[in-house]
This record gives sequence, C-alpha cells and structure tokens, in this order.
Amino acid sequence: MSKRLVLEESAGYNQSVIEYIHRASATGLYEIRGMGAKRRLPSFDDLVFLAGSASRYPLEGYREKCSTKTILGTRFAKRPIELATPITIAGMSFGALSANVKEALGRAATEVGTSTTTGDGGMTQEERQSSKTLVYQCLPSRYGFNPDDLRKADAIELVIGQGAKPGGGGMLLGQKVTQRVAGMRTLPVGVDQRSACRHPDWTGPDDLAIKVKELREITDWEKPIYIKIGATRTFNDVKLAVHAGADVIVVDGMQGGTAATQTVFIEHVGIPTLAALRQAVDALEDMNMRGKVQLIISGGIRTGADVAKALAMGADAVAIGQGILYSLGCNSPSYVHKGQHIDASADYEKIGTAAGYCHHCQTGKCPVGVTTQDEILEQRLEPLTGAKRVKNYLKTLNMELTTVARACGKSNVHHLEREDLVALTVEAAAMARIPLAGTDWIPGHSSGY
Amino acid sequence: MESLDLRTISVRELNQYLHKELPGKDIGKVEIFNPDGAHNIAAGMDCPVEISIQGHGGYYVGGMNKHADITVHGNVGWGVAENMMSGSVRVKGFASESAGASGHGGTLIIEGDASLRCGISMKGIDIVVGGNIGNFSGFMAQAGRMVVCGDAGDGLGDSLYEAVIYVRGKVKSLGADAREEPMTEADYVAVKELLGRAGFSHDPKEFKRIASAKTLYNWNADADQEY
Repeated sequence: MSKRLVLEESAGYNQSVIEYIHRASATGLYEIRGMGAKRRLPSFDDLVFLAGSASRYPLEGYREKCSTKTILGTRFAKRPIELATPITIAGMSFGALSANVKEALGRAATEVGTSTTTGDGGMTQEERQSSKTLVYQCLPSRYGFNPDDLRKADAIELVIGQGAKPGGGGMLLGQKVTQRVAGMRTLPVGVDQRSACRHPDWTGPDDLAIKVKELREITDWEKPIYIKIGATRTFNDVKLAVHAGADVIVVDGMQGGTAATQTVFIEHVGIPTLAALRQAVDALEDMNMRGKVQLIISGGIRTGADVAKALAMGADAVAIGQGILYSLGCNSPSYVHKGQHIDASADYEKIGTAAGYCHHCQTGKCPVGVTTQDEILEQRLEPLTGAKRVKNYLKTLNMELTTVARACGKSNVHHLEREDLVALTVEAAAMARIPLAGTDWIPGHSSGY
Repeated sequence: MESLDLRTISVRELNQYLHKELPGKDIGKVEIFNPDGAHNIAAGMDCPVEISIQGHGGYYVGGMNKHADITVHGNVGWGVAENMMSGSVRVKGFASESAGASGHGGTLIIEGDASLRCGISMKGIDIVVGGNIGNFSGFMAQAGRMVVCGDAGDGLGDSLYEAVIYVRGKVKSLGADAREEPMTEADYVAVKELLGRAGFSHDPKEFKRIASAKTLYNWNADADQEY
C-alpha cells in the first residue's frame, strides 16, 4: 500500500513565488514583460448598478434613444474633439505595435467615430491617414516628436506617467528597434531603447503650466491638450494638471498595460483604477472643475459594464489599450490569414508560454502578429481584419454601455451617476466611496446601519 | 523690417502674427521690443525670417523652431530652442536649464554660460556654448554635436547615444557610459566649422572629445546597475 502524499502549499511561498526566487537565483535578472498587473485588485467588477424599478424609471432597451456623444477639450481649445462614443483607444507606440496594427486601430476608431492615440516614437503616416481623430503624445523621450506632426494632430497628450509604471521610463528591447523604428526615434538599430522617466525641459507643476502654454502657442490654441498621469497621488496630481491648464486629464490606473517593463513595477507600483478614478473626480469637484476639464480613465477597462461604471463614477470617457490588443487576437490560439485560422500554439511554446497566458510583448515575437516588428510575424495581423474586430469590440462595448444606461433611466450615458452604483466588497466601497450593497455604509465615511 | 512691442501686444498676438500673417508678407526681419522675460516668444516658427529679440526672454524662446534665425539680445530661461528642427537661435547672454533640449536640427549658440542639462536628449541639433555648461548636460543625447568653450559640470554625457560633445575646459565628471576619446581630423574639422558658425576663434586643438562607450546600448545584467 502506497503512502498518501500530503501536499500543503504555503500562502507566502506558493508555486509562483518559489518560481520567482528560483529564476532570480539562477539568472540574477529581474523579469521584464508586457501587459498589465495580473494580481487580483479591487476593480469595477466589485460594483453593480441599481437599475430602475418603482423608484426609478427605466428607458426601453432598444427603441428609446440614449446618446453617447462625447466632447473633449472644451476648456481652452478652439477646436474641441467631438466623438460618437466615450470609448477611446489609448496611446500605444509604433514600435511596441506593428504598422499594420496602428493602421487597423485608426480604421476602427474612424469607423466608430472615436479617437486613437500615438505613442512613444512619434506618428506614423499609416495611423495619421487612417485616423479621423488622432491624439499625439508628447512624452519625456520626445522620440519622433516634431512640430509638423504636432500641427497634424487633433489633440495633444502630454504624458507624465503611465499606470503600469508610474515614475518609470519606457523601454523597447533591441529586437523591436528595427531600421524604421530606430530611424523615427533617432537611435542606432538594435539598441535596448530607454525612454526617460522625466521630461527634458520642465520639472515641477509651474514649469508644466508654461510647457502647456508653449504647446498651445505653437498650435495657435486650436487643439485640446490632455495631461496623462499614472495613478499614484492622484488627488494632488489631478489638481496640479488643472492648474497647469489641461483641457483634459487622463488618469491611468495600475491595471494599465505596457509593452515592456519590470514585473516589480507592474505589480507593485501605483494604485488601482477604481481608487484613482474616485480621487480624480474628488479633485475636480474640489476645484469646481467637473465638466470644465474632462476626465478620461484608463487601466483595465474591458467591457461595456466597466465603461458604464467609470462614467457613473464621474469619468467623461475611457481609454482602452489591452482590451484592444485582445480584440485584435492577442492571446488567441490562432491567427487569421487570408480568411483561414492558422494555429499559433507552437509559436507560443517557442517563447515559453501559451495562448491565454502570454505577456511576452517585450520579445517582439508575438505569435499573432500584434506586438511585433518582425516582417513575417506582422503579416499575421492584416489591417482590414484587425480593424473589423476592433470595430466590433468597440460597438459591443457601446451597446452594453447604453443598455445599462437605459436600465438606469438615462437618455444620455453621461447622465449615469454615483447614486446608480453600489459596491460588493468592503475594499471597493472604501476606494470608490460607494456604499456597500444593501447598506449605506462607506468605510471611513459613513457609519451605515 | 517689422517692429513689434510686447508692451502693446501679448505673446499670443505676437505668435499668431508670426505664424499666420508673416509668412505671406515680404518681410525679412522682425524686431521684438520689451520682451521683459516673457515665455514662449517666437515658439513654433515655420518660415525663414530673421527675428531679433531686444532684451531677455523667458522659457522656451524659439521652441520647436523651423527655418527662422532668432537672436536674443539678453538672457533666456529654460528650454531655449527646445526641439528645434532647423534654422538657428543665438543667445547673446546666458541660458538657463535644458537649452536645446531634444533638438533635432539647426544651430543653437549661447555666447555666455548655459545652466543644467544643456543639450539633454538632443537628436541632431548643433549647440555651441561660449562659456560653461552645468551639471547633467548631454544626458541621453542621441545625435548632434555640442561644443563647449568653457568648463562642463558633473555627469557630462550620461547615457549618451551617438551625440558627440567637445569641451575646451575642464570636465568635472563624466556620466555613466561617457568617455573621453582621442580627437580625429574629422573632429578638428567639425569643431572649427562649428566655432566659425558661432563666431568664436578658439583653436580646435584645445578641445577634447566626449562620446559614448556604448556599454549601455544593450543591457548587461552582470553590471548590477552600477554604471
């Protein structure tokens, strides 16, 4: 008779932690990877809507109109941006993504009437041509940043930080720094490219105010200027961004993605999107700037429900990065080539992962051709196919958003409000400052009953 | 020649004129009086014209300049000629921090000293400084040339890429991955040409060359982040 094995996993030293220690011990290296935080965090999943019933009057789900029109940049810009939906595409660089992908995003955004955004490394011709509304990022590295593209843009996003790595600069490993990427960034081909974590020509908030004015002067006060911050001390940072003269503030929570950064950053720096959003809204309300300065929230927005909850909490719009990549086929077991589904399992295996678990954007060997500069791999994502998928995804989110809004009795998605929400967990109630379901208890703010 | 007075018009009106009205006119020179340290003077120029600023400028004078030749008869604040693409900016006095930051092209000449981070992230611009430059100058400089006729502060050329820095005086310390290299004939020719452009008459043989050792181009785990 064989002896029964008793296997008791340690909570502190579980398989994942043991694997981390073994790997660190064997290599002396920290892990660099793509995508966002994988740990469980309080999120929009921890909120639910209180829809109409006897005390609230719902709208009919299909026939009654529910507006999704969204206007951004009304504070100072002569030409605010008008979008058909509050769901926008977040900044992701050509370099991290292929030119095909950038083109696909532009096409999809144009078809659904929303905006897409450049990234570190500048604006490609493909994305400008395919995007009706393009937001041009001004990043600390200033790679590829120039006045001609600045004038071609529809809005400018001055990036201070990113939710996946607030306080950290970007990186693009040598395998993705091809001739074209290097040329756009004025770098030698194949270097492990670093992006600075601070801007080169301003430091504090008072300097930032002058920098914002310079960008306005150069573009003759026509274009909305966004300021993007990675979520940390969000209440203060949002106030400083308002002080600096932002038309729009983008807050990126710690669930936000990246093309490559240290895992320790992704999992341990910054605050969850839920907490950041409430702090940002509080800051705007404290300054009486709600509605005057628009707020975009990003970092882990995946579904129409997430969008609706973000808007109810006070955001004017959302920006999506990772969800868009998944929509393109990221982590799918196959890719579509000439209408045929081709199995990519072997290519996932080659980079040590499998579909559903991949976060290997940093390798440039994306099995489905999304986060690559490889001439062969990038052909796995055809711009038209990609555009159709992203368009479908954005349309679905928009329909889910309006479905929830109608159920809450709103004929405009921007009329969703905090009172429409309750929290399912104590943590979410505390962070979002929304009462725990079935009570009026907000931890730290009201005693409840 | 056109004369404009910043005591009677705002910087915004000035820049609107320079961007929108000036390019259609046959005016070769614009003089700007009473700048009084205002920020963003002549930012975003996009036409060939001579601009003369009669006094001190604030932040970002000539920011993102294309084509224009701008002279400041005084001192300037942060980020003079930041992200310049072409043309030139000459500062007759001193420049504060981040002069020529991320400049892609053109020539920036500072006849006096330049403060911290001169030439930070430069991407092809040529910079000539008549005096000294402050700490952390040339940080992550990617391309272009910087000629310093005086001394350089701490951490010069930290994390340099392909930009080259020529210093006539003392270098307090070099930044990570920067090293002194022997001057070549091509370097002497380059320094002579840049000094000539700036109107300085130093002997190129008095300059030393600072460039990247290129040990940071690809990460080395064994360095334990001690560069």
